[in-house]
Amino acid sequence: MNAPFYKFDLFSQDFSLLIAFVIGIGFGFFLERGGLGSSTKLAAQFYFRDLTVFKVMFTAIITAMLGLYWLSWFGFLDLTLVYVNPTYILPQLLGGLIFGIGFVIGGLCPGTCLVSTSTGKIDGAFTLLGIFFGIFVFGETVTFLYDFLYSTSAGQITIPQLLNLPHSVVLLLIVVLAISGFAGAEALEKKYSAKEK
Amino acid sequence: MTSIVERLSLSSTRRVADEKKAQPYLNPYLAGIGLGIVLLLAFVVMGRGLGASGGFTSMLTAGVNAVAPEHAAQNEMYSSYIAESEQSPLTDWLVFELIGVVFGGLISAFFAGRIKKTVERGPGISSKGRLALAFFGGTLMGFAAKMARGCTSGQALTGGALMSVGSWIFMIAIFIGAYAFAYFMRRQWI
Repeated sequence: MNAPFYKFDLFSQDFSLLIAFVIGIGFGFFLERGGLGSSTKLAAQFYFRDLTVFKVMFTAIITAMLGLYWLSWFGFLDLTLVYVNPTYILPQLLGGLIFGIGFVIGGLCPGTCLVSTSTGKIDGAFTLLGIFFGIFVFGETVTFLYDFLYSTSAGQITIPQLLNLPHSVVLLLIVVLAISGFAGAEALEKKYSAKEK
Repeated sequence: MTSIVERLSLSSTRRVADEKKAQPYLNPYLAGIGLGIVLLLAFVVMGRGLGASGGFTSMLTAGVNAVAPEHAAQNEMYSSYIAESEQSPLTDWLVFELIGVVFGGLISAFFAGRIKKTVERGPGISSKGRLALAFFGGTLMGFAAKMARGCTSGQALTGGALMSVGSWIFMIAIFIGAYAFAYFMRRQWI
């Protein structure tokens, strides 16, 4: 058991910033490769014309999930040392709904708008400016939101803990769901592209 | 090394041949596997996942702290970001990751002939209208990402892979919000 490397002090904090840069290159590279730096391609997701967002995202999620599972199974990675996002039910539900509305209005999300901007898309740059402005507005109004932001806290709870099922069973369920989702996505794309013709 | 040179010369001759035609995107499942491996590497090396909105908050905090340090010190959001950073809010893991994202996107687009100054929009909207909506949509997302403690990168992708309940609530809510509002935006996109 010697991963996550950083948690076992295998390198310094300064070196971790170099790693951040390298990992960021990989992140940006595959976002652009898959077409996620294009607002029109991302927005087509919400009209069932091009489900690339769904396919890329869920393939990435199950790839990382399976990798995490196997690496911890072999005893290489200590999963308890990987930071799990804490749950605040209502802020995350409302935040998700507003974010979704903003996504279909703006066409890009925070990570993808950076790729869009760096490859020359002006609409990406305006989305980026909007995001900074939105964070600024939040910062200036956070005092009034404080009670709501810390309400409905459930801690660092995961789906296996919530359903009281073994990790492997939930993993299998999500993989099956994702694969059926991919089949559905292919069928939807065919249907909606046939309509256009 | 030779392969890079060959690719460069190949892409330049191809460009002459069919006037800067961009290459098609990678198969989405392969792109997803690539992205998943990058995310897995972050977990294995760092014990944390990817992110975006948190890095933007660090940058904004550095800006506000430079212009109005007293205001930043009194504000809950800025002060928490200042407290978490050991030197400056800019020496943050996500800030360096985001600089990498800029270069990663550039490298990929360069080799595929996809760098182009343009305003991407559907046929039913002007460039100005598209840019106004891009800014407004961005504002909503910036605000919402702070409320949810992360965006599509830090919550949906990273928290999703870690099976965090809140991340899955956030992810599902994004799809509900976007599909529910898509009808009103159809003239911008299709």
